[in-house]
Amino acid sequence: MSTVAPSAVGAMRSPGEATRANNEVRLSVEQVSYAYSPNPTQAPLFTLEASSFQARAGEIVAILGPNASGKSTLLKLIAGTLEPLSGKVLLNGFPTHSLTARTRAQRIAMVQQESQLLFPARAWEFVLQGRHPHGRALRFESATDIAVARNALAQVGAAQLSDRWMAELSGGEKQRVILARALAQQPLLLLLDEPTLHLDIAAQVDLLHGLRHLAVENRYTVVVVTHELNLAGEYADQVVLIQRGRCLRVGPPGVVYQRELLEQVFQTPLSVELGPSGRPRVNVVADRESR
Amino acid sequence: MRPLTIQRLFLQCAALAGILFVVVIIALKAGAVEVSLFALGRDLIRVIVHHGSEIKSDYGLIVMNIRLPRILLGIFVGASLAVAGTGFQALLRNPLADPYVLGVSNGAALGAILALLVSPHLALLPAVADLLTPLGAFLGAAATIAAVYFLGRREGQIDSTTLLLGGVITGSFLAAIIMFLMTSETGSNLRGMAYWLMGNLSTSLQPSVYWILWLGFLVGAGAIYTTASDLNLLLSGEKEAMHLGVDLPRVRLVVYIAASLLTGLAVSVSGSIGYVGLLVPHVMRQIFGSDHRVLLPTAAFGGAIAVVIADTIGRTVVPPAELPVGAMTALAGAPLFIYLLRRRMA
Repeated sequence: MSTVAPSAVGAMRSPGEATRANNEVRLSVEQVSYAYSPNPTQAPLFTLEASSFQARAGEIVAILGPNASGKSTLLKLIAGTLEPLSGKVLLNGFPTHSLTARTRAQRIAMVQQESQLLFPARAWEFVLQGRHPHGRALRFESATDIAVARNALAQVGAAQLSDRWMAELSGGEKQRVILARALAQQPLLLLLDEPTLHLDIAAQVDLLHGLRHLAVENRYTVVVVTHELNLAGEYADQVVLIQRGRCLRVGPPGVVYQRELLEQVFQTPLSVELGPSGRPRVNVVADRESR
Repeated sequence: MRPLTIQRLFLQCAALAGILFVVVIIALKAGAVEVSLFALGRDLIRVIVHHGSEIKSDYGLIVMNIRLPRILLGIFVGASLAVAGTGFQALLRNPLADPYVLGVSNGAALGAILALLVSPHLALLPAVADLLTPLGAFLGAAATIAAVYFLGRREGQIDSTTLLLGGVITGSFLAAIIMFLMTSETGSNLRGMAYWLMGNLSTSLQPSVYWILWLGFLVGAGAIYTTASDLNLLLSGEKEAMHLGVDLPRVRLVVYIAASLLTGLAVSVSGSIGYVGLLVPHVMRQIFGSDHRVLLPTAAFGGAIAVVIADTIGRTVVPPAELPVGAMTALAGAPLFIYLLRRRMA
């Protein structure tokens, strides 16, 4: 069996997801397009064609696609750091690009690929940075800020890392602390750019499992760019499939994960079957010759 | 978790203020003329309560009219350079940035020299003419940092190595222009080449200039301090800082202008003193951590302490000759700079 019937997916929803029909749309990406060219007189080097999807509170959306397909561009457009060429990204009805940096940071948290710290910092100092958009003037941390940061560390299971130096942490531990900083922002929208890169399989599952939990518990809308088809299939409510700047398909993994479609997008022989959890599972077909 | 509290900040600053006070007392005592602690205390109190005229002794005059102004100038210059260096390091995301290494000090020196050359030809009120040198230095500093900033950008990102090289080259280019001007304009009141390129605290200044200096310091350092929390976030990168709500264009503008002001003012009264803005922030970071809300004020105290010590050693080590303070800071600073550079590359 290569595809899963939509009804079967519906039956597999967890209790947290079942209530989402009652929720209003929180993130609305409406016909957003973008073109990048180093020189305005030349044809653009890269274009993202009009893409649309919507997400509610508590939902996880995964953006999937091969390298250089425009995943990260779409994420930056959602984050509001890039201005769309046409269309708009609305967060609770407000275009994300027109928010001030400070307001945007109160509503949108971005977890990016690991960055180098210029001078050493402790994990708790790092997490408290997430309180910056909520503070005033010199931003001496209030008791609330400290409580929020503590809670954020606890939520990602990193309370014991609090006093460690960032440089001493392993890849998985660092990723947790970075996620905790994003949680400390108390955002409506949590964006993650390839968060599972450099993580071993246990840490990857841990992270996605944690995100699933957080999305439901804290009512975040989560958008994650990833290469991990199976983790996305397992944990995402919706997947957005992108190829060469074109948004090919949006929908639940069970609908989007069709063998022919994925093979065409990723240019490699694959098989899709139903996993034990009822979610689709993609396998690489190693022996190309036999096909 | 030990977040910063205002009490802790005050305590740390008070400790450094205490050290600075002790250093100032030692600096007042040190020199060719011996001064007893008792006489020093008595005369200091007289100056503070505006009874300076009661000081009869010769040594009292030397201490109060020569040593004290020089020490106060050292405090101002050290604090300004250290705060400017801290700002540059955070904003340019480069631990080796400072006004001297980036060529900003030489830019300020050139600006000040040009102002000194131009001012006799303009019919200005004396009060305005006094302002012209610091203004020229400020403009020179601001123009230099703008030039170095653009030299140091590659594909829209600041590249550490390119930036440092751009700064060093700009600095030596400006030094060459300064030497040219000094050589061709002999006889004008330009204070000498060594003054501008090495730094010196022996200038006597009009009292009105002191007011300009301290007002400028409060404005410049205060402006940088308002961005302290933004500078903390810049440590993890410009993009991340923007995602955490830092208004980067505003922070950049405030820090560049304020740091140029501080550098310009310091250079206009003391020439280019090197390494203070580079090393003091590093030492303070080792002691007090990377939080700019602590780092900026402690660096100001640290810079003041460092310059007063360097100048006191400079004027007492080979009496009766005096070594320029910039030579002392370079003697101590250059090896430390190389150590930092090598550790960073390792």
